[in-house]
Amino acid sequence: MVKITFVDAGGQARTVEADEGSTVMEAAIRNDIPGIDAECGGACSCATCHVYVDEAFLDKLPKAEPMEEDMLDFAFDVRTNSRLSCQIKVSQAIEGIVVTTPEAQG
Amino acid sequence: MTDIIKTDAVIVGAGPVGLFAVFELGLLDIKAHLIDILPKAGGQCAELYPEKPIYDIPGFPMVTGQGLVDNLMKQIEPFSPTFHYGEMVEALESIGSSEAPMFRVRTDAGTVFETKTIIIAAGGGSFQPKKPPVPGIEAFENKSVFYAVRKMESFRGKRVLIVGGGDSALDWTLNLHPIAERITLMHRRDDFRAAPHSVNAMRELVAAGKMDLLLGQMTGLKGDDGELSAVTVKGNDGGVFDLACDRVMPFFGLTMKLGPIAEWGLNLNENLVPVDTEKFETNVPGIFAIGDINTYPGKLKLILSGFHEAALAAQKVNRYVYPDKKVVFQYTTSSTSLQKKLGVA
Repeated sequence: MVKITFVDAGGQARTVEADEGSTVMEAAIRNDIPGIDAECGGACSCATCHVYVDEAFLDKLPKAEPMEEDMLDFAFDVRTNSRLSCQIKVSQAIEGIVVTTPEAQG
Repeated sequence: MTDIIKTDAVIVGAGPVGLFAVFELGLLDIKAHLIDILPKAGGQCAELYPEKPIYDIPGFPMVTGQGLVDNLMKQIEPFSPTFHYGEMVEALESIGSSEAPMFRVRTDAGTVFETKTIIIAAGGGSFQPKKPPVPGIEAFENKSVFYAVRKMESFRGKRVLIVGGGDSALDWTLNLHPIAERITLMHRRDDFRAAPHSVNAMRELVAAGKMDLLLGQMTGLKGDDGELSAVTVKGNDGGVFDLACDRVMPFFGLTMKLGPIAEWGLNLNENLVPVDTEKFETNVPGIFAIGDINTYPGKLKLILSGFHEAALAAQKVNRYVYPDKKVVFQYTTSSTSLQKKLGVA
């Protein structure tokens, strides 16, 4: 199990555990984390699971594929640490990862 | 006043489950009209994941979203359903009784139906343009902020800001360029998903000084009474400034919203429509809900569940449409009467 901390737009933090091989989006949905809609169910087709990854963990993630970059065009207030949580695979390498959810997915 | 379309069944939503409902109704000699806000059939399968593989359709080890839709369209061809694309059901009024239901249905395009039954197969709701979470944007919508172009002429002589990097953004940049006083295209990065030839055409216009390309994001709107005067832009270089403009068109794709279904007098449970599991009927006799939009104990949001629900709902629709007809259960493998309907016997 890998620990993931979700921080909402108001600064409230919640830590959950996720299985290796699942995605950060799935962990959010399973734990009713507000701020993640995941309308398309993880097909990288909707950009409603947009999160900001804590700078300390950015280097531990593989770079976004072109498809993820394309989908980020549909998100709002995209920053250099923006990612789609359905594309972040849970592994020991990201143990303790902190992600912030935007105020709204639009 | 437009002519009223009289029919036995109106299906709201032309996704996989709505399409298969046509098949199940067709076997029972019930003709259907389908209404969908998208310009094509397939719902989420076609809009969100046309190229993505689906692995849990019985009998198909793998089929893509679009592949499944294409097959369903072929499967329902013998029943020649009528499609009403690009329309959203706006109003629904009951004009019958619970024993003999009848409904008047009106779409936002003004099409009016009188139907004995309604099958809601609306999935996650209707696809609507994503609205940027910019404070106060509602006041400008349909006055100076537009998510679609209804009349190109209304952009004549205006300073237009188009936001986005896909085909809609690029197409409207190129189409409105000769009409608008000045077009600015703004995108969050210097990479565009749109078709390469439109991107090239845009870059040529920029190089010739005929339009502007801006890398950044929209953070605020300024103006009075819904009329824009400027858009606050956060540039990719970190600078924040106001860009004077009269019209903004944000293109951030589509999102699903329940929409007017919420006002049809149906019981709702967290934006889902509760149904029984015998007929998949709502609290209003004659209105059914199948697929992702319904809820009941044990509900699984799977396409295959929606297919099952379509078959059972069709049986009850049959009772409303043909109250005196004797119900005979038949298989397509062996029944010549069903095979005739399918055009294979």
